[in-house]
Amino acid sequence: MVGFIVRRFIAMLLTLLAVSIVAFAIIQLPPGDFLTSYIAQLASTGDQVDPRVIENLRAQYGLGEPFYVQYWKWITGVVQGNFGHSFEWKRPVWELIWGRIGNSILLEGLAVIVMWFVALPIGIYAAVRKYSLGDYLSTILGFIGLAVPNFLFALILMYLAYTWFGTTLGGLFSPEFEMARWSLPRVWDFLSHAWAPVLVLATAGTAELIRILRANLLDEMKKPYVVTARAKGLPEWKVILKYPVRLALNPLISTIGWLLPALVSGSVIVSVVMNLPTAGPMLLRSLTTQDMYLAGAIILLLSVLTVIGTLISDILLALIDPRIRYGAR
Amino acid sequence: MPQIPMAAEPILAIKNMSITFTSPDEADVEAVRQVDLTLTAGKTLALVGESGCGKSVTARAILRLLDKSALLPSGEILFNHGQGTVDIARLKPDSLAMRSIRGAEISMIFQEPMTSLSPVHTIGDQIDEVIVLHEGVSPKKARERTVHLLDQVGISGARERANAYPFELSGGLRQRAMIAMALACTPKLLIADEPTTALDVTTQAQILDLLRQLQDDFGMAMLFITHDLGVVAEIADEVAVMYLGDVVEQGDVYEVFRSPQHPYTQALMNSVPHLRRKADRQRLSPIKGTVPSPKDRPAGCAFTSRCPYVFEPCAGTRPAPTEVGAGHLARCHLLARTKMEALA
Ligand SMILES: Nc1ncnc2c1ncn2[C@@H]1O[C@H](COP(=O)(O)OP(=O)(O)OP(=O)(O)O)[C@@H](O)[C@H]1O
Ligand SMILES: [Mg+2]
Repeated sequence: MVGFIVRRFIAMLLTLLAVSIVAFAIIQLPPGDFLTSYIAQLASTGDQVDPRVIENLRAQYGLGEPFYVQYWKWITGVVQGNFGHSFEWKRPVWELIWGRIGNSILLEGLAVIVMWFVALPIGIYAAVRKYSLGDYLSTILGFIGLAVPNFLFALILMYLAYTWFGTTLGGLFSPEFEMARWSLPRVWDFLSHAWAPVLVLATAGTAELIRILRANLLDEMKKPYVVTARAKGLPEWKVILKYPVRLALNPLISTIGWLLPALVSGSVIVSVVMNLPTAGPMLLRSLTTQDMYLAGAIILLLSVLTVIGTLISDILLALIDPRIRYGAR
Repeated sequence: MPQIPMAAEPILAIKNMSITFTSPDEADVEAVRQVDLTLTAGKTLALVGESGCGKSVTARAILRLLDKSALLPSGEILFNHGQGTVDIARLKPDSLAMRSIRGAEISMIFQEPMTSLSPVHTIGDQIDEVIVLHEGVSPKKARERTVHLLDQVGISGARERANAYPFELSGGLRQRAMIAMALACTPKLLIADEPTTALDVTTQAQILDLLRQLQDDFGMAMLFITHDLGVVAEIADEVAVMYLGDVVEQGDVYEVFRSPQHPYTQALMNSVPHLRRKADRQRLSPIKGTVPSPKDRPAGCAFTSRCPYVFEPCAGTRPAPTEVGAGHLARCHLLARTKMEALA
């Protein structure tokens, strides 16, 4: 098991290296760089730009130098915790993003937990009572959850909250808690804001999870070991929970890894609509303004999340499935 | 009913049982039409027949393990649990009464020892579970029993093997583990549904030996399902031959093999190869035609469409059992007629 984790860890580092190169290449792809659009913008407003400042910036980041030189300058900084400077905000990238990435992880993490808590019982119910009224209802609700775009759901929720309760849903904190330290009242304030975005973010995933769980479970319930368990005299609920559910979960556990980044990229529009201080909107903006170090840092951190998520999935899977654990020894 | 001596009292008596599968968009299928079987302590009854004739369905009906779509519209399954009899056919499949019989008084082993055990639980866990469930002992005590059982079914290094997962064991060992699980609560009846079909010949022989020896030790009755007449000859005391949902002939294994009475049984015996010199070999005589589906079964004797001796009552009337020897019954109009003539 330890060897297994060590090997996965090394694979993870190599993946990250590859991802960082690709991420850097992508932010370099658009013609020009931030400085050209910066100069153009200043020029259009009639401002004069000091050529020496531009020159300094070019030298500092190696702009105009070959790709590998720029990459090398960037990645060596990143490894030392220096993610570079945001051109647009004129501040270190790290200062800008850590809070937002934290908010993202918190929101998406809560959404994942809600998803599993809702999907697990419903999926099991739908499979065990196949073709019952409840099964059809969950299927219909599931399709609605999948079909309605998240941002639309967010808008509906905000509209209803406003017309019915006169409250505006949006943001993650009340103004007075925005910059405060974490404390019990701040947690409460966060929760009273966060339930709506978490609900919105969890819908599509919940629907998907119910669908997959139901299908997996129906497959597993046909297997002979379920009959064996019944033949022992176990009550039906125990048979279902201990045997087929356990096996139906295996493939789902491996999806936890890519759930996180999928949620982050899927949440950009929701975050814009609901005015959430998460990483998504910032990534969007940095890409349009070619603020490359900011964009690069966010993409890299999201990749790190994905890869860590995958590692967690792999370890969980090995823990619950002896066939994988022993196969990987 | 006349008083029968204790020793001969049957553990399980299936009387005129039928099993129908319903389906929302198709006509009902009567998979099993009439089955009468009697199982006695310490004896093995082999149930033989071609694929699809309803052997597994019959076996599962005894433990009420059939799908919800299966009905038992007629017949009784009388189980003698020592303090009287219950009719299993009238119990609800998930009722406490039924569950306390499963695994404790009647247990079952299956054909596929790989897929019949959970791949993600150790065999020890899976055996402990049934002991804890029915006897309420502590998991630790249960494990002691499990190790003893594994030892008894010939698994060496039982204590370590209890912590093994099914995929770490060979097919033969898995089937032994399966047997240990079935015998964990010393059941009165063991149902074995083709327990050796998936195994190679040598392992098959070892498992049969083991079952015979365990029957001597535990004294349980055994219902042994197979389509291999060689296996029947080796393990059974009595045999029941099924064709398309009907038990067509049953009796002492020696009796039935020596003088099969039903045309289907005769045909079945003729389709078994005997070891002969090449020059002396004859072509096997397989039964002509194929097994019809239960939907196309004649209203009368199920064998009508393939029987070489059909005459007029066969297609329309179901033959009643005729006693052709001591405890040797066959359902065939021919036999009924000969008997009538003999009496006349
Ligand atoms: N769940 C089910 N729904 C509908 N029909 C079924 C179902 N299970 C079994 N049957 C029908 O019952 C009949 C008997 O099946 P069964 O499995 O008992 O045969 P078998 O004698 O055990 O055959 P084999 O030797 O292949 O195991 C078959 O014709 C099959 O079509
Ligand atoms: Mg079968």
